[in-house]
Amino acid sequence: MSAISELTSLRRSRAKTADERRQQRKENSRDNKAGYLFLLPWLIGLVVITIGPMCASLYLSFTDYNLLQPPKWAGLANFQQMLHDQRLHQSLKVTFIYVFVGVPLQLALALAIAILLDKGMKGLSFYRSIFYLPSMLGGSVAIAVLWRQIFGTDGLVNQVLRLIGIDSHTGWVSDPRYALGTIIILHIWTFGSPMVIFLAGLRQIPVMYYEAAAVDGASRWSRFSRITMPLLSPIVFFNLVLQIIGAFQSFTQAFVVSGGSGGPSDSTLFYTLYLYNRGFANLQMGYASAMAWLLLVIIGGFTAINFFVSKYWVFYDD
Amino acid sequence: MTSTIAPAPTTREPAGAPRATPGRRGRTASRIRSVIKHVLLIACSLLMIYPLLWMLISSFRPTNTIFRTPGLWLHDATLANYGHGWHALSPTFGHYLINSGIVVLGAIIGNVMSCSLAAYAFARLKFRGRTLWFTIMLLSIMLPIHVVVVPQYIIFNNLGWVNTFIPLILPKFLATDAFFVFLAVQFIRGIPKDLDEAARIDGCGHWGTFSRVILPLMVPAIATTVIFTFIWTWGDFFTALIYLTSPEKYTTPIALRQFLDATSGSDWGAMFAMSIVSLLPVFLIFLFGQRYLIKGIATTGIK
Repeated sequence: MSAISELTSLRRSRAKTADERRQQRKENSRDNKAGYLFLLPWLIGLVVITIGPMCASLYLSFTDYNLLQPPKWAGLANFQQMLHDQRLHQSLKVTFIYVFVGVPLQLALALAIAILLDKGMKGLSFYRSIFYLPSMLGGSVAIAVLWRQIFGTDGLVNQVLRLIGIDSHTGWVSDPRYALGTIIILHIWTFGSPMVIFLAGLRQIPVMYYEAAAVDGASRWSRFSRITMPLLSPIVFFNLVLQIIGAFQSFTQAFVVSGGSGGPSDSTLFYTLYLYNRGFANLQMGYASAMAWLLLVIIGGFTAINFFVSKYWVFYDD
Repeated sequence: MTSTIAPAPTTREPAGAPRATPGRRGRTASRIRSVIKHVLLIACSLLMIYPLLWMLISSFRPTNTIFRTPGLWLHDATLANYGHGWHALSPTFGHYLINSGIVVLGAIIGNVMSCSLAAYAFARLKFRGRTLWFTIMLLSIMLPIHVVVVPQYIIFNNLGWVNTFIPLILPKFLATDAFFVFLAVQFIRGIPKDLDEAARIDGCGHWGTFSRVILPLMVPAIATTVIFTFIWTWGDFFTALIYLTSPEKYTTPIALRQFLDATSGSDWGAMFAMSIVSLLPVFLIFLFGQRYLIKGIATTGIK
């Protein structure tokens, strides 16, 4: 069961009668002390590392703060500035393109390969390893370095293009038209981890459904669209939610490929990259905090939309 | 959607494998289909893995030939890139590997201890507010780090811990990687409760039950935690970039980035060589720990 289905089921089981609740409270008190003792490190972390800083960051977003002088209250100034900040708008555009092109393509590929693989076939674990490996390495600086070479003017891509007779001298990472594309390709390249989740999900589908469908003479396509897809939809859903949340926070690849600038001409200026530059290069901590909260609101908003829309296409078999 | 730690053998059988009609034509058709599928998959695997192989081979080539050799054949192999890359920065590359090793070790110990403790509470103990805390824990998995990073930096800065490994390690001892708490909760739920009760009858308190019964049984979940922590911490760029400011404190990813900047991408041979060195530990972990990795993502549904 995934983190997300867990959350959904928590919501469902909340409705209880007052009587049941009283009963439960009585039982609950049994392990109170032990429970909180075991939970202590996590609770301290929650307060000191997570919730405390979250509140502090909300406060800082209304201030001017450069680490050296104490924060100065600035009201809504940071947010007003954000409305007119062209680079911020550019970074939002870049990030949205990355998320809404990269994530669906990556998931579609992951699903396609998982379905190809999941037929009790020979060499399954070999293929799975090969496809999974890039997602283990893809977040590293080393791979970003490799990408910079591959898509450079004299990189592997152009060498191969020349081999097949296309005399290409495009510097894919240095041309604003293509630079973001190369990072999206890197994202798609790491389709292995959602693929493994899909594979696990496919195995949960009882064979008898397919047997029954075969008896009824269902076609290959209708078996896929009427059995596989509905039963896999919760897994597609949580992959979608998590990948979107993760993609909004991408940083390393764009940072390394663009040499930390988000260039060429801000074409790979990811939101988090801009946030980093504002906060840690220019020491505008107040502005960076305001940006961080906008990011949280955006991610929360998309997650909420996702949950809302899921009612119409996600099928729970319980 | 139940836990997938051990898929029932009956459902392992292919999803939707058509039991082809027995006639010869049907069999030939399905064989052709299978051949096409394998060709497709092999082509796809090759495409996926080619850049990695090419980087590996290129790291043994003189830099001036890297730009003209898209193939994988190796004429005059040289180790010069490795020697050069190793000494390109000061201190040498080994220093950064050791730094990374220290941070990774600290993170692993922290995650294993703090996350299994919290998981035992969530999975086995009944206490007031458990559902609320559990919900908060699940939500915190999805919280973007950027929302907390500025104040965290301010805190660590005020404590004088910037440019030390503490900001990279301490949070792990406080179970801030809630993903691993969830992983362990899922695992503990699968351990029969009879064992706890037997331990209790034998006089174990909660600590005894945890340390003598649950912890030894949790080894697979701990292995998954160790492996994921290793891979994520080893590759962690953002946190290290923020907190580590002097070269002798750099971890491997920061050093690589520094190297790239210093040579402005002119010495690809040495660059590739050190990239390979930095990927090697992750690759080895992947090779030997794959089973746990795959179980881990299948159980929690998180990469």
